[in-house]
Amino acid sequence: MTQINSKIPEGPLAEKWTNYKDHQKLVNPANKRHLDIIVVGTGLAGASAAASLGELGFNVLNFCIQDSPRRAHSIAAQGGINAAKNYQNDGDSVYRLFYDTIKGGDYRAREANVYRLAEISNDIIDLSVAQGVPFAREYGGLLDNRSFGGAQVSRTFYARGQTGQQLLVGAYSALSRAIHKGQVKMYTRREMLDLIVIDGRARGIIVRNLVTGKIERYAAHAVVVATGGYGNTYFLSTNAMSSNGSAAWQCYKKGAYFANPCMTQIHPTCIPVQGEFQSKLTLMSESLRNDGRIWVPKKKEDAEAIRAGKLKPTDIKEEDRDYYLERRYPAYGNLVPRDVASRAAKERCDAGYGVGPTGYAVYLDFSDAIKRLGKSVIEEKYGNLFQMYKKIMNEDPYETPMMIYPAIHYTMGGIWVDYELMTSIPGLFAIGEANFSDHGANRLGASALMQGLADGYFILPYTMQNYLADQIQVPRFDTNRPEFDEAEKGIEERISKLMHINGKHSVDYFHKKLGHIMWEYVGMSRSAEGLKFALKEIKALKKEFWTDVRIPGTEETVNPELEKALRLADFFEIGELIALDALHREESCGGHFRSEYQTPDGEALRNDEEFSFVSCWEYQGEDKEPILHKEPLNYQFVVPQQRNYKS
Amino acid sequence: MDKNINIKLRIWRQKGPKEKGAFETYELKNVYQGSSFLEMLDMLNDQLVSEGKEPVAFDHDCREGICGMCSLYVNGHPHGPDEEITTCQLYMRKFNDGDTITIEPWRSAGFPVVKDLMVDRSAFDKIIQAGGYISVNTGGTPDANTIPIPKDNAEAAMDAAACIGCGACVAACKNGSAMLFVAAKVSHLALLPQGRIEAAKRAKAMVAKMDELGFGNCTNTGACEVECPKNISITNIARLNREFLKAKFKD
Repeated sequence: MTQINSKIPEGPLAEKWTNYKDHQKLVNPANKRHLDIIVVGTGLAGASAAASLGELGFNVLNFCIQDSPRRAHSIAAQGGINAAKNYQNDGDSVYRLFYDTIKGGDYRAREANVYRLAEISNDIIDLSVAQGVPFAREYGGLLDNRSFGGAQVSRTFYARGQTGQQLLVGAYSALSRAIHKGQVKMYTRREMLDLIVIDGRARGIIVRNLVTGKIERYAAHAVVVATGGYGNTYFLSTNAMSSNGSAAWQCYKKGAYFANPCMTQIHPTCIPVQGEFQSKLTLMSESLRNDGRIWVPKKKEDAEAIRAGKLKPTDIKEEDRDYYLERRYPAYGNLVPRDVASRAAKERCDAGYGVGPTGYAVYLDFSDAIKRLGKSVIEEKYGNLFQMYKKIMNEDPYETPMMIYPAIHYTMGGIWVDYELMTSIPGLFAIGEANFSDHGANRLGASALMQGLADGYFILPYTMQNYLADQIQVPRFDTNRPEFDEAEKGIEERISKLMHINGKHSVDYFHKKLGHIMWEYVGMSRSAEGLKFALKEIKALKKEFWTDVRIPGTEETVNPELEKALRLADFFEIGELIALDALHREESCGGHFRSEYQTPDGEALRNDEEFSFVSCWEYQGEDKEPILHKEPLNYQFVVPQQRNYKS
Repeated sequence: MDKNINIKLRIWRQKGPKEKGAFETYELKNVYQGSSFLEMLDMLNDQLVSEGKEPVAFDHDCREGICGMCSLYVNGHPHGPDEEITTCQLYMRKFNDGDTITIEPWRSAGFPVVKDLMVDRSAFDKIIQAGGYISVNTGGTPDANTIPIPKDNAEAAMDAAACIGCGACVAACKNGSAMLFVAAKVSHLALLPQGRIEAAKRAKAMVAKMDELGFGNCTNTGACEVECPKNISITNIARLNREFLKAKFKD
């Protein structure tokens, strides 16, 4: 088995990053202009990386799938961003943020990476404020904070319920400035369809122009993939419609290891599924759990009466409500981490206490908070979320509790990267949700924004130079090289094959079926039997797709059906790898829950002796089982424990 | 209670930027009123695919009202007949059984049609690139609490910063003016001490770019404010005018 080298610097935890920066190689300003860097994606990670690398003097080519870099799905993050500022004097520190994140991730993340993330968190807040991000403030003019799951301090900075939007607009404005100065060239409505590897190094990409349908070639000295997660494998998720795993998947097929694919996050507070044409699930921010209390009826007959429409939630007396999170986890109550809250909701609904027309919903109730703080305070804190809920559900959450249920939200797994955020292909880097690095088996709330921006603003601009320092003599690559010809030919064949199937069903028909398999058997609770069944089903469905999908129109113009088909073709394969990894990981940890491995009271039962490693999957070719490499997680600074949110 | 309804759709179809477009009519049965407007269009497209016809192209992405991608002109209103929403947050319960719904793209000289209901809004990016930022590089910034900001100013800046860049203001304006969009950005940054320093220069650069890109003039009809999904107020336009005049006086 190949030795996995994560390149973690030597030395005490708190000094690793400083030591790294002190001794890494740099590229001098005159040489930076001769080096081209491709950045794919313009979310928090991609935009911040493109802007920062451009400012340093590199020649950056930045690509995005939407019509503007400002629309990447980071924009939908609601609740906030963590940082260890300790402005609230409530005992926070870099170490505590590190520790909470490691523990929240159920001891499946790298210590060194997470510590660096916590260290950098404060710089992100400083930079964002300087960019004009209008974070919430106290009357004295200083910054306000709130609490998120998995923490006992208030360290989350926020801009109403639109923190992701405001941080992305900050990064987008930095990017716009870099474009104006000629440091970054922007390519919109382009989708990456392949990675070009020349002599073992990443040297370019192939994209499809989504307006003209033309296949385009771009070369560079290094490639950065910042294309987000693969949550849409499940069809229904909180991801945007165009969020996909294809760019990451092409990297995997070219030799980049894919790490911990089974580690998917299910967010506990989403608006429940309503009908068969539902296209996505809307998140209700975790911040709502600061003031909202989660409950279901204590008596089954009450739950049944509610489902039948005979009782309203407000009819249920206080003593007949089961605030099950407060009951099971007194120390953290409604603010337990996401995986714990999600499983607890599923447990109650499976046991027959769920509400809503389908019985798969629980209440998130603000009546106590409204009584305590007044409606206007709640409105100021969560007004836009309440409005959003009302538009979708046609019910007023100021008057009646919200109905929520868990949904796929984020993927902790992703392209394997070392400490420098470089993948197993030299010259190919992966940042943000697209990589696997910092969240272990479960991400804490308000940590995705932190990680995306840490990677893009403060880590990659350093670590990339360590790689590029010996590339300064390498001339620009010609896009007429055979590697480009071959990749383009492959893509054209794939597109042509899809266009000529001329079957009976739309792309969504197959995607919904895949989503159903994934959610039922590879979702919140998994078992060996279910996973084996899912693997069989996905293979069969994939075959059906390749013989019976129908894509009208042509490939030479805007063709959303073709775009979806190309993505879905990869989702089948990603789904298989998620299931395979889940089957292989015979333990429960974080978002990965195997029903065979649980404690007597239903908590996740980790197996540190056998599974304290990162699964790194290496592609072997179509329909061949990939090879599993293991990167051991040697905890040197904290002692892994069973997570306890009870006391 | 939400039920299923039957509707007729009049949809603008246009093959490309240079082609001539026209309305086409479709019938759609059993549309659940709890579905979003875009899910209704998904249904239509599913039906079109099964008939071997080309589906309707429209922009959409997050489907929760924040990315600013969706851009449909529904029954004469940008984003349709509801308040404080983007098209993806419009629900079919706003329509009745038997209704005919007319769907068009944003229509403005600044936003040429790409295909069917998709338009090219890259002009907005160009306006931001002209100066819609604070000139700071990554790194070397002071501690975030160094400069206190009055809560009211921070809140007002946030009100303006809530703009999602969808372009409904331009689509609503009879002059095709982008003033509300520009004003929102100028206000957001001018209200913060960090952004004050470049306020005049920013206003001038952004207005010049807006004019160059073929957007019309503002005649204070207020239509933009009414249709804005994020409730951006036209008082921001007054602030933009002040910043712009100040800059001009200095010249």
